[in-house]
This record gives sequence, C-alpha cells and structure tokens, in this order.
Amino acid sequence: MIKNIVNLGDAAAYCDFGEEVSKEINLEVIKYFRTLKDKNLKGVTNLAPSYNKLIVTFNLSETTFFDIKNRILNLDVKDKNKEESSKISIPICCEEQYSLDIERLEKKFNKSKNEIIKIFINKSYFCYMTGFVAGMPFLGDIDKKIQLNRLETPRVKVPKGSVGLTEQFCNIYTFESPGGWNIIGNTPLNIFNPIDEKKPNLINPGDEVTFFEIDKKDYKKFYES
Amino acid sequence: MKADYFKVIRGGLNSTFQDQGRKNLYHIGIPFSGVMDKRNYLIANKLIDNNEHDPTLEFAIQGPCLKYFGNKRKIVITGEVNFNLIRDESNKEKGECYKTTEINNGDIIDIISTNKSVYGYFCVSGGFKLNKVWGSFSTTSRANVGPNNGTKLTDAQEIALNTCKSISNRQLNFVNSKIEFIRVIKGTNIGYFSKDSINNFFSKEFEVTKLTDRMGMRLKGFKLNNIKNTNIKSEGLVKGTIQVPADGNPIILLSDHGTIGGYPKFGVIISADYDKLVQIPPGSKIKFKEIELKDAENLYKLYDIETNNIINKIL
Repeated sequence: MIKNIVNLGDAAAYCDFGEEVSKEINLEVIKYFRTLKDKNLKGVTNLAPSYNKLIVTFNLSETTFFDIKNRILNLDVKDKNKEESSKISIPICCEEQYSLDIERLEKKFNKSKNEIIKIFINKSYFCYMTGFVAGMPFLGDIDKKIQLNRLETPRVKVPKGSVGLTEQFCNIYTFESPGGWNIIGNTPLNIFNPIDEKKPNLINPGDEVTFFEIDKKDYKKFYES
Repeated sequence: MKADYFKVIRGGLNSTFQDQGRKNLYHIGIPFSGVMDKRNYLIANKLIDNNEHDPTLEFAIQGPCLKYFGNKRKIVITGEVNFNLIRDESNKEKGECYKTTEINNGDIIDIISTNKSVYGYFCVSGGFKLNKVWGSFSTTSRANVGPNNGTKLTDAQEIALNTCKSISNRQLNFVNSKIEFIRVIKGTNIGYFSKDSINNFFSKEFEVTKLTDRMGMRLKGFKLNNIKNTNIKSEGLVKGTIQVPADGNPIILLSDHGTIGGYPKFGVIISADYDKLVQIPPGSKIKFKEIELKDAENLYKLYDIETNNIINKIL
C-alpha cells in the first residue's frame, strides 16, 4: 500500500511505498503502475516505478498535485501482475574478455570462477524496474554469497551487453555507458530495441529472468542472429 | 525531382530535432526530452506559421551551418543568436532573430553562436520532413531514439523539407527576460542535509560549470553537507531535480536526464523558471530562492498566460 504521497516539485507526485526493498513491496508498486497506465489519467505525462516508489509526472497546464494525489488515493487498483509478467531466458558468456571483474569477485569471495558463475546462474531473478538508461533492467535478488559493493572508481565505459552485480541486484547494460557495477559476463541479446515501438524492452518490471551460460562460439551465433 | 533540402556544412555542438517531448516512456528508461526553452520554440513555430507541435532544430552554443537547395522559402531563428546569411557565396548579411527572412537556392545560414545564453531555435516555412518516433519528433541522442536516427546533426548530412508554403513576413519585438533567482521547492531528501547547508544553498551564489548539457547542469560553489546518507535506494527522477552526490556539488537534471538515480534529492526547480534556468551559460552565477507549492503553481499559470499573450501578438 502507498504510505504517503508528497509533491516532488510542482509537476510530480511522489508515492512512497516504504523504505525496504522487497519483491512484495515492488509488486505493489507495479500494480499501481499498471493500473495508472491503463487509466491514462488526464494530464499525466509519465510514470516512473522503482523498487519502492512510484513517481507520477503531470502537465501543470492541465492538472495539479492536489488533483492527481486524490485520484491516486481513490484508484481502484487491479492486480494484473500474473497475466502481464513473462519468463525470459538470457544467454550469458563469462569467458575472459567478457568477465571484466571476475578476479575481484574471486578474491572477495575466495571462490573459483566456476563456483561464482554457478551460484549466479542457479537462480531466477525478478525484474524490479527498468531505466537509468533505456531498457536497463534491475534484477534481484542475487545469492548473499556473491553480493558486493559497487566499484570504488566507476568505469568510464562499460561495454553494451555487460551483466553487472551490486549489492542484491544485477543489471544488464543496454548501451555502452559509464558505470560502477561488477561485470561478470556479457549477453549477445539485444535487450533494448528502439525500432520496436510496441515492445522496445525485452525485460519489463515484474518479469522473471534466468541466465544460461554460453561459450564464445555461441555468443557469435546469437549476436549474428 | 528531389525535394528541397539543407546540406549540413557544420553540425554544430549539439543540434537536434525537438518538439514538446515524448510522453509515457519513463518506465522503460526514456526521458521526456523535448525543447529546453519551450517559449522560444513556440514563438519560432508561430512566426513561421507552423503548428505548435511541429519539429524545430534546436542548437546549443555553437549552431549549425546549412546550405539551402530548393525554391525560395522563409526561415526564422529565436533565442539570442548571432548568425549570418551568405547569399551568392559571398554576400554576407547579419541575421536578425525573431524576424522571418527569405532564403533562395544556394544561400548559406551560418549560426555562429548563442549570445549570453545556451539554446536557440531554427524553423523553416513548410517544416522539416521528419517522421515521429514514439509519438514525438524529439531526439534523445543518448538512447538513439527520435528522428534523424536518434542522433545529433552531423557534418555533410542532408535535411529534407516539406513542400514550402508562402507566408507573409513576420516579426516580434521580444527580449528574453532575465531572472535574479531561480525558484526551488524543497525535495524529498532535504532532511539529509545540514541546516547550514540548506541556508547556504538559498543564500550563496553557485557557478554553472562546463559539465552542462541537455542531461544535466553541474554546479560549483558551496558544498552541501549530507549528514544522513549519500545514497538512497535508486528511484525515479523528474526534470529540474537537484540531486547531490557524495562530493556535495549539486547537479540539476535537465530534459534528457537518466530516469533512475540513487542520489538524494535536495529540491526541484519550479516549472515556471525552467526555460530561464536552461539558458544560463557555463561560467555564469546562479542564485536560488525557496518557494511553496501554491506559489509555484500560481507562477506557472502566469508564465502560461504570458507565453500565450506573446504568441497571440504574432499575427
């Protein structure tokens, strides 16, 4: 449930679902997000769901914070998470050229590369949100045995397709961009496709994601197809 | 026969096609984008008799240099811009902003720079021949979304134009108003900062640094002291958000901002002051003033009415 709605500036409502990050709270956020998306309220311009917050931006020429807040509070929220979520399987190559931070991980956890990859692959992940850059999914939760902090000095360029770990989350870089996540491997799949207006994101909030390991040869094949 | 077009001799620093922005895509990581200075965009489209949602060519600091091929038609530039028209390859005329000017086959428009401001707008009668992407003509170059393959103007490319229509000459006497203070509503994490920092933010000057573009404006000056936590759980952002990373230097998020971030939100620029904020060039000083939501809403109404009055003056 929404704990509180406050204004973020004069043209956005900031809906607070609590402080902790959990799948339960995030599913609530996604429920509200999907309901608001379907309702298409007059004046609403954008919806930004995240772990435990939902920001609703609006056009100040058409409506006000007071009005939007009331409409969110009186919303008949429908749970369509089951129908709208999909299961997605992502190939990942962890060979040397793609596994940029494996040594850091090996040292930190005192485990071999194979052990670390096994722990990572053996779990299904929940997509909490997408964003930062277009289509980037924030997935969780990774096993406690391989959780670590961000790099102290972020990379200026993280290659496109990189799969990174930080705290209980992993993500996939949909574009080459700066970033500080620990890179364990790389996927040849195109996670964001700007040409596809209907479904640009391969992974959407609420989806379940699993990874399977491929070698360099398969990587090329996937990439070319 | 080939339609009328511009040949790009020089793309300029950051020249992109824009309109009023792209809605409903924050959740997949695509920002609103759109013109930075909406008022100057609306004036440009009205002067050239185009629709208020038609695309414009926005440029930043150094603009493009364009050579025209086609039948005679009109152009207009808004903002505070130095530009020249070069006729018959040699005759140089100084351009005038807010005034339609006729161009002929072979003429060159050289947009040299903006003057004590950042953004300018170039429109042409008949309009640019572009296709909407996701319901908008805006370019988000970071995600390659939008017309022109989602990219900035590049040297040697061509820009296709719609059939030209004849329009009468129009002119507007307009002076971009300057503002002493940029007004701010306190943000959701204001409590993360020391009382002193909050007082200093609303009383001391900050400098706009060179690390400023369509994504964000980095400020330098008094460092804001975070007394709670320099990170928050990543959450959505809106344009105008003032976020403060661990180094204490505020960053104001602008139209092409990342959609999710993990830095505390100190405040948000009010909608009525956004056009003026984005026009403050690097190296200039900036001052902030705290205001309440109700006042911000009233100021926006005034801004809206004022914009409409300006537009309606153009016949």
